[in-house]
Parts: sequence; C-alpha cells; structure tokens
Amino acid sequence: MALTGIQIFKLLPKTNCKKCGFPTCLAFAMKLAQSGVDISKCPDISEEAKKSLGDASAPAIRTFSLGTGEKAVKMGGETVLFRHEKKFFNPCALALNIKDDLSADDLAKKASEVANSEMDRVGQKLRIDAVSIECVSNDSAKYEAAVKLVAGKAPEAAIILNCKDASVIEAAVKAVADRKPLIYCATDKNADAMANIAKTYGVPLAICAEGLDALSALSEKIAGLGVEDIVLDSGVKTAKDILENNTQIRRSALKKGFKPLGYPVINNVQRDDSLLEANIASVAIAKYASIVILSSIEQWKNLALYTLRQNIYTDPQVPMQVEQKVYNIGEAKADSPLMITTNFSLTYFIVSGEIENSKVPSRLAVMDCEGLSVLTAWAAGKFIASKIAAFIQESGIDKQISHKELIIPGQVAILSGALEDKLEGWKITVGPREANSIPTFLKNKVA
Amino acid sequence: MSFVAPKETYNGKVLGLDFGKGDKAVAIGGESSLPFLSFEGTIPNKPVIAYEIQDIAPDDWPESVKEPYKDVSNDPVTWARHCQDKLNAKAIALRLVSTHPDRGDRSAADAAKTVKDVLAAINVPLIILGSNHIEKDASVIVAAAEAASGYNCVIGKAQEGNYKTIVAAALAHNHKLIAMSELDINLAKQLNILITQMGFDKSRLITDPMCSALGYGLEYTYSVMERIRLAGLMQNDATMQPPIVGDVGINVWKTKETSASETDVPGWGRLEERGIAWETVTSTSMLMAGTNLLIMRHPKAVETIEKVIGELS
Repeated sequence: MALTGIQIFKLLPKTNCKKCGFPTCLAFAMKLAQSGVDISKCPDISEEAKKSLGDASAPAIRTFSLGTGEKAVKMGGETVLFRHEKKFFNPCALALNIKDDLSADDLAKKASEVANSEMDRVGQKLRIDAVSIECVSNDSAKYEAAVKLVAGKAPEAAIILNCKDASVIEAAVKAVADRKPLIYCATDKNADAMANIAKTYGVPLAICAEGLDALSALSEKIAGLGVEDIVLDSGVKTAKDILENNTQIRRSALKKGFKPLGYPVINNVQRDDSLLEANIASVAIAKYASIVILSSIEQWKNLALYTLRQNIYTDPQVPMQVEQKVYNIGEAKADSPLMITTNFSLTYFIVSGEIENSKVPSRLAVMDCEGLSVLTAWAAGKFIASKIAAFIQESGIDKQISHKELIIPGQVAILSGALEDKLEGWKITVGPREANSIPTFLKNKVA
Repeated sequence: MSFVAPKETYNGKVLGLDFGKGDKAVAIGGESSLPFLSFEGTIPNKPVIAYEIQDIAPDDWPESVKEPYKDVSNDPVTWARHCQDKLNAKAIALRLVSTHPDRGDRSAADAAKTVKDVLAAINVPLIILGSNHIEKDASVIVAAAEAASGYNCVIGKAQEGNYKTIVAAALAHNHKLIAMSELDINLAKQLNILITQMGFDKSRLITDPMCSALGYGLEYTYSVMERIRLAGLMQNDATMQPPIVGDVGINVWKTKETSASETDVPGWGRLEERGIAWETVTSTSMLMAGTNLLIMRHPKAVETIEKVIGELS
C-alpha cells in the first residue's frame, strides 16, 4: 500500500545532503510519494529502509504481460474495486480453449478463428487475445505438436498451456518459450516441478487450488520457490463462485495488502450452451478477471464481449469521442437531410441510432466538441454559431448536397439566428429537443 | 500469512417490496449486501424478469424479436396470456405505446380499457408503463392506475416533469411506483426525495436510473447503479435504498447490433444470436450493478438470464 510523504520521510537519513537533487529530505520524500522519482537517487539510504519502501511502492496487484510483442495483454495493476472510483486499467484477455486431440485440420481451423477475430469498435481494434491449448491426450509428443501447430497458425496470439502434468508440459513450454506462454497450471501436487519449469524458461505460472485458503497457501509456496509472475485460479466454475471469489481476491489485495492474492485472476467459463457462456464471461469481465477462457468464439459472441469489455474499461473521467466528420446514415443522396450534433460518443450513438430507426437516409455532421454533449458543449462555448459555421464550411459538405439546409438540435434552438448570419445562404432548421423524436421529425420532413 | 475473508460491513440495506396479488405476487429487493454476495449479507429475493408487451403490434421491433410473438402480438390480452401461460412469465410489463402523440395518440380512457382487459386475463403481476411522453403520460398513467385499482401493480414512469400527478395516482390506488431520472445519481436522489415529500412511502418506490444498451452508454448506467447501491448500503442513505429496475429490452432492441442484417455487416455473425446476446449481456451487467427487476423482450434471452440468476443465487 502506498505510503505518504511523511511516512517515507521517517525512513530517509534526514541529512538534507542534497545529493538526490532535492533541497531537503522532506522534499525528496514528497516526490517519492507521488512516484515521481526513484529511491536509488538517495545514496545514503539503508538497505532495510529501501526494502520497506520498495515493498510499499510495489503495486497491490502485480503487473505483467500475457504473451509478447505488440499484442501482448497487460494484466494486473488495478487500484479500485469500482470503476467510478478511478478506472479499470487493463482490459482482460479473452482466450479460446482448444483441445490437443483434435485433428490437425481442426486445430488449424480453431487457431485461424483466433487469428481472424479482430473487429473495430469506436476506433479500437478488439480481438480474442489468446489461445488456451488443453492437454487431454496426456501424450507429450502429441501435445507439443498441437501447441506448435496452433502457435504457428495464430502467430500473434498469447499462448496458455492448459495442462496439469509437468512431465507432459515441459516440451511444449520449450517449443514456444519465445512466445512467453502462461503455464496453466500448478497445483499442490505438481508445484515444485511446475515452478521449476516456469523459472527455467522465464514464463508466468498460473496456480490452481480449490478455495481461497488453499490458493493463498499455494501462492506463498510458489512465490517462495522464486516465481514472480503468478496468475490465480481459485477453481471456480459457477457464476456465483466466480463473482464471490474474484471479489474477495481483489479486496484482499487492495484493501488488506494481502500479497499472496495480489496477482491477476484467470476464470474458465466454458459451457455447452454458448449463449450462457457469453453471460458467465460477462460476469467475469465485469468482476475482476484478467483472463477469461471460452470454449467457442462465434462472431456474434465476440462482438458482445468485446463491447462489454470496452464499456467496463472505459475511463469514467474521459468521455468517449467519435471522429469529427459528416457521417452518411443509410443510402444518403444529394437531397437527403443534413443534421448536426457533437462528438460525445453517447450523443452520437443515440442520434445516429434514431436516424437509422427513421429509415430516412440522412447525413449527420459530427463536430469535435472534446466529447461534450450538446448542451454542455454549447455552455462551454464549443458548440456555438461561429464554430459550427466554420466546421460546416471547412467540411466541404455543400459540394455533396443539393440543398443548403442544416438541422440543429432543438436544445440549441437559440443558435439558429446567429448561425443563419454566419452561414450565408443556408437555411437553419431547428430539430427536436430529444433524440427519440427524430424518427417522426425526419419522416414528416421527407413526406 | 493466512487468508482472512475480507467481509464488508454494510450499514444499510435495500428496501424490499412486493407487487401483484395472491400467490402470484412477486417480491424484489431486501438484500443487505452488494449483488449476490451472500457470504456477507442476506439476499431474500432473486431479481425478477418481466416480459414486455405493448398495446399495439410491435411494428418498430426488429424481426428476430417480433417473430416469437407474431401470432399473439396483435392483441395485448392474447400477448399477455401467451407470456403467462406459454412462457411462464413471472410478471408482465405492459407499455402503452399507442398513447404517444406520434404513435396513434390513443386516449387515456382507451389505455385504461386495455389495462382492465389485460388484468382480467392474467393472474401474474402487471407493470404498467406509459409511452415516455411527459405530458401525455401524466393523464394516461393516472387513468391506468385507476383502472388497475386493487391489483397492487407497478406503475411508471414518474419523471421530474410529471411526477406529481403520477405519484398522486399511485397513492390513491395503492400501487408501487417507478421513478426515472436521467443517468445521474443526484437527479435520482432528488426525484426520490421530491416523491417522498408528497407523502409517498419510500418502501413502495423503484428507482430507474435510466437503462442503456451494451455499447450505447451501458457504462454510465452501470456506474450510476453501482453508486446508488453503495450509497444505500455503505452510507445508509435512505433515499438510495429502493430496488432498481433495468428497462433493458426497449433500449437493446433499437440498436444497430440487433437489427443489421448479415449481408450488411458480414463480420458481426448471425443476426438472431447477436440480438439475443445483446439483450442478455446487457441484462447480466445490469444484474452485476444491482438491478432487482429486469424488463426484457426475447423469450430465449429471458430463459438464459433465468439460468444466470440461478447460477448467481
């Protein structure tokens, strides 16, 4: 848990020697508390003080990556239980489970599904991040071959080696060691052997035990064996156990500073019913999982889960914005209506959704107002006549349409006069105050 | 270091209420912990799902959710019976869409007759919703509340612009009441205070902080709900303790994801599953945030959320 400047100050030499570059030890302590400087700048600090400061400044939930390269997924590092308190930082990884007894064709097919799972939503590229290759054959050669095949067909995915037998898993770990696979998992039966493999190849290790008492004990044991990057599986299967255990793990780490549970969490939500699985995955995504293992990744399911993950991990302090431009909705023609609104993503979604509902092909000019909604942007002087006029003129939209009529939100009806002055030759029409009246408004307009 | 379960101490609890009559009445709320955390509190009632029906054929619903009701949705009485008898609905939410000035502008008297007819045909509890037109709802819901007198319904939604008349109707005819505000915890609190100042008992209120669909502002609803729950439970804020409703179906089934064809968006997968997934994932997140009552549309989505609630309880 973070220390205050005063707590840190008590651990410093209090000589005010200035060697750290700060005028006093207190000033240095204050900067340390904000993580703005490294403790090693102090040449005279005792080893003991350094250690307690280091422990205190380590994140409550250890942070490391699943996989390697650009598409590695950062895990851990969370600081709150509820997103409104600050934000959730590292969106969880979604993984597809693939059993090693499938035919080579089926293995390749599943791996390609993962490789081709990317979708774009509100400017973010979202994907299935990992493959979990499950050993059901109990055959080391067969498992290694399956792992190599899948790894090759999904070259950017993170790899989870889902196998509890240390003698079977080692060849596979070695084969894909450069991809930093996650070993899943160590149990109290194979702890020493698995820890050894993880250390030998420098890869993270997931540990599994039934219940949080046993999991804490195993975690301490594995950490004691020198493994640093640990992922926790409390053996949960039902939605209730996932919710309760994930909550207790996050609380223990954040509120009690309980180190044995200060690691990312993995949940296996596989179900025969894919729709039910999507919803159990939703529980895990909302409530603190860092890795969620799925049994199937249909496109409709991916779209829903990507969107939920994006929603939950959106920074509540920063409004989501959409790109400034004129959007065509439906098959817009030269004489289709032109409406304008701001680039707050919620505003855009609601307005564009209602225009779509109207089934009247239209254009929607979305103006950059730093993600503020219409009334707020108007009050802040960002959605005002002169700026709207400049945006419309610079957009060049007049060349694409056969009319010069702009429909403005009813909330800012007050702008219509000033806007007609600034936008010469344009007719300004005041639209509805509420988005849900847009369909009727547009239908009447083109009737 | 051994593990000690980090239990939270809650100072308040969610108010419980029931609606409907006789052995078909349902109870919601009453829990003394955050959603489904029964290791640290008591949770006397599971969340309840109400099937949404309308007083006119659902022309504005996408095909995949219109289809399951195609033989019954021309008549609200038949539709309600279908939900009760064939789909085993625990509750029904009747939305009086046709009273909206843009959707037919039917009179309050017409709406009252529909309510009477539906109530006569079913024995599960009824939620009566207006068309979300502030002025019109004031007269429609008052008439509907009178027509439903004695049935212990939930009526709504009372909003800042019309709550006085609707609260008076709920008081006069002994109904429970949904109070809706727009995605802001302070507005929700303020409306609950205004309503209780009229002599309406807070234990008969249901809060609607305004639902949003997955991908369309879900995170706002999610966090407002969580904050309401935390205020009620941790700070014992009595104005934030009524149960919460999530009006999911109406928000979900107007998104592009529930209606865009597979040819228009080939990368989005099968349309029918996509729509149902959208309604369920939205509902599951609302449950995580603290919703006690869900209003939903697709039978398959309801069936799935029943399973989720079963697993969570």
